[in-house]
Amino acid sequence: METVITILSWFCLVTGSAFAIVGGIGLLRLPDFYARMHGGGITDTLGAGLILIGLCLQSGLSLITVKLLLILAFSLVASPTSGYALAKSARTHGLEPWVKKGDHR
Amino acid sequence: MFAVTMVAVLVTMGLALTRAALGPTLFDRILALNMFGTKTVLLIAVVGFLTGRPDFLDLALLYALMNFIGTITVLRFLKFGHFSETEPEPEER
Repeated sequence: METVITILSWFCLVTGSAFAIVGGIGLLRLPDFYARMHGGGITDTLGAGLILIGLCLQSGLSLITVKLLLILAFSLVASPTSGYALAKSARTHGLEPWVKKGDHR
Repeated sequence: MFAVTMVAVLVTMGLALTRAALGPTLFDRILALNMFGTKTVLLIAVVGFLTGRPDFLDLALLYALMNFIGTITVLRFLKFGHFSETEPEPEER
């Protein structure tokens, strides 16, 4: 049982790290702001979520787990909220999305 | 294994900082800084586990709250141009 939990937690940590790096590369390489928000969103939900769940599995049942779950719950609420506010603010300030030529509507 | 996660988070923070430095528009910079703050929370948590003293999680929790409030504050300043409590005129909305 101990081994299973350890392997599961390592899997979560490594997968979360991979998602974090992929999101970072997306943030750097994607063509425009609205596409880059997608890269940022990956690191905020999947990357942070999997890493925090992996840490939870490592720490067992204690106060540390409660704190980690609090961080996870808050970041799952706050990240979409700030993302929505950011996108709406950019749209209000007249930032046009990048579209294929001839695909304006 | 914590070291691998820490390196990955550090690389992601570097990528976010690069985007914040390059960012053509202001919103790119805000997005990159928001992501940098989220990664800081993760880094504090992971380093706490790496050094065997996971007592820094209070700091991580506090940093998550501050990061969210900071982003919303900058966006609000961008929208209204001031931090005051009073409601703006209806045509400004």
